Amino acid sequence: MKTCRTFFRCLRDAFKSVFRNFSLSLASVSCITITLIIIAAALLLSENVQNFTKEIERDVTIVAFLKSDVSDLDRENFESVVKTNSNIDTYTYKSKADVKKDMQKENDTFSSVLAEWDDANNPLKDTYTIKVRDVKKIGKTAKELEAVDCVSTVQYGEGLVEKLVGVFDAIKKITYAIALSLIVVTVFLIINTIKLTIFSRKREIGIMRLVGASNLRIKIPFIIEGIFLGMIGSIIPILIVVFGYKSLYDYFGGILFSPVIKLVSPMPFVVNVSLIILIIGMVVGMIGSGRAVRRYVRV
Amino acid sequence: MKNVFKTYPNGVGAIYDLDLNIEKGDFVFIIGGSGSGKSTLIKMLYREEKPSRGEIIVGGVNVAKLRNSKVYKLRRKLGVVFQDYKLLPKLTVYENVAFALEVTGADNKTIRKRVVSVLDKVGLKDKIKEYPDKLSGGEQQRVAIARAIVNNPKILICDEPTGNLDPKISMEIMEILESVNKDGTTILMVTHDINIVEKFKKRVIALKDGRLVKNYERGYFKREDL
Repeated sequence: MKTCRTFFRCLRDAFKSVFRNFSLSLASVSCITITLIIIAAALLLSENVQNFTKEIERDVTIVAFLKSDVSDLDRENFESVVKTNSNIDTYTYKSKADVKKDMQKENDTFSSVLAEWDDANNPLKDTYTIKVRDVKKIGKTAKELEAVDCVSTVQYGEGLVEKLVGVFDAIKKITYAIALSLIVVTVFLIINTIKLTIFSRKREIGIMRLVGASNLRIKIPFIIEGIFLGMIGSIIPILIVVFGYKSLYDYFGGILFSPVIKLVSPMPFVVNVSLIILIIGMVVGMIGSGRAVRRYVRV
Repeated sequence: MKNVFKTYPNGVGAIYDLDLNIEKGDFVFIIGGSGSGKSTLIKMLYREEKPSRGEIIVGGVNVAKLRNSKVYKLRRKLGVVFQDYKLLPKLTVYENVAFALEVTGADNKTIRKRVVSVLDKVGLKDKIKEYPDKLSGGEQQRVAIARAIVNNPKILICDEPTGNLDPKISMEIMEILESVNKDGTTILMVTHDINIVEKFKKRVIALKDGRLVKNYERGYFKREDL
């Protein structure tokens, strides 16, 4: 009962303090707002880069050509190898007749030439198109497939894929580093601003101690105030993320410059980013005010 | 208070070998020139400063051994009044006084009754909703006294409560303090104001260079002690 009452008084004091120290609150809130906007932009950008590289990596495939004289048993044998390989995500099978049909579609001249082959003398080969889970291990997987008896050749764009993966890895690391360092810098900035606004209330804290407030009773309202300021400060960044990103996405039609670069679709994405922004705002507000008061309740 | 010494970290000695006993219900003036150690003395009473040696017992609590996190328990037994009032600027008169009770976890009904009654006692019942900066010095000091006595402290410590006030208002403040004393609260008051000391005829303790030099029983003192 008593604890409950004290808690509600802390809550009330926190809100009172936000409104009665309006100019200080405004200073903290605007600092939080600006820095959270920067963090939001960094998050949106890095997530899109991640998504883009992942999309491209997903398009990388291994094509395995089987020998022309394989039996159904050999094929089943090969499929079982594919199924047990942990790095293989999906595969599609195309018989040589299907390959022929596909090629005929491409060009009329081709079509008439190819039409002369029947199933028995078709020189094309049965193929498997295979998608892998981890592009970095694609070379190893390709070798494993090549080792199977009935396989004649395996192709996966050797050299090019390795280079691509290397570049993407670097891009990922850089965007992560940028986002992370931005977050760290802004967190310090916010903590300092809140600290400054509380330092100006040093005298108040001293008076509270004089009239018999316990340290906890002094700290809690300040901490709640910090959380509250963080929440207010994250409103505008969240609005920008939700509406700004959505209109950006619609404006570009979900792609950037070319159909290769797909943007992350806004729906669950903006909600997640908004939640992260809100949590960062609250936690940072809490840490900022908590650390500032702690200094003054020690005498 | 027994064999109390206080030396500040910068090496300046403030109090040397002080023995002092103040009875319940006393009204004591503490006088002395600047740097005589009177402020340090009362700061140790409410544990703003810790004695370097010796022991100080206030209402059964050994202040010298009190941990920082438990200081608030001592402060709830004391009332403190300062020259610069020390009111919370963002709170109204009512909220300032109520704050001292709220932090003890008292219920709202008790708080309201008690706050109104002490504000009535100091004559500020009609300024309940004002903010401190709208009040005169005398009124602010009365709010501070109301806050100090709202939780029925055993001891009221006053650090030059009339220091910023003109003589007429000072007398009003002193009358309030005297009536608080009559209700059974021990009062220790640091002052420079000779007129007040002469008029009210209380026990007088004179400090000089950190030592107790005189301990007069009733309002009698020599001007050179100041």
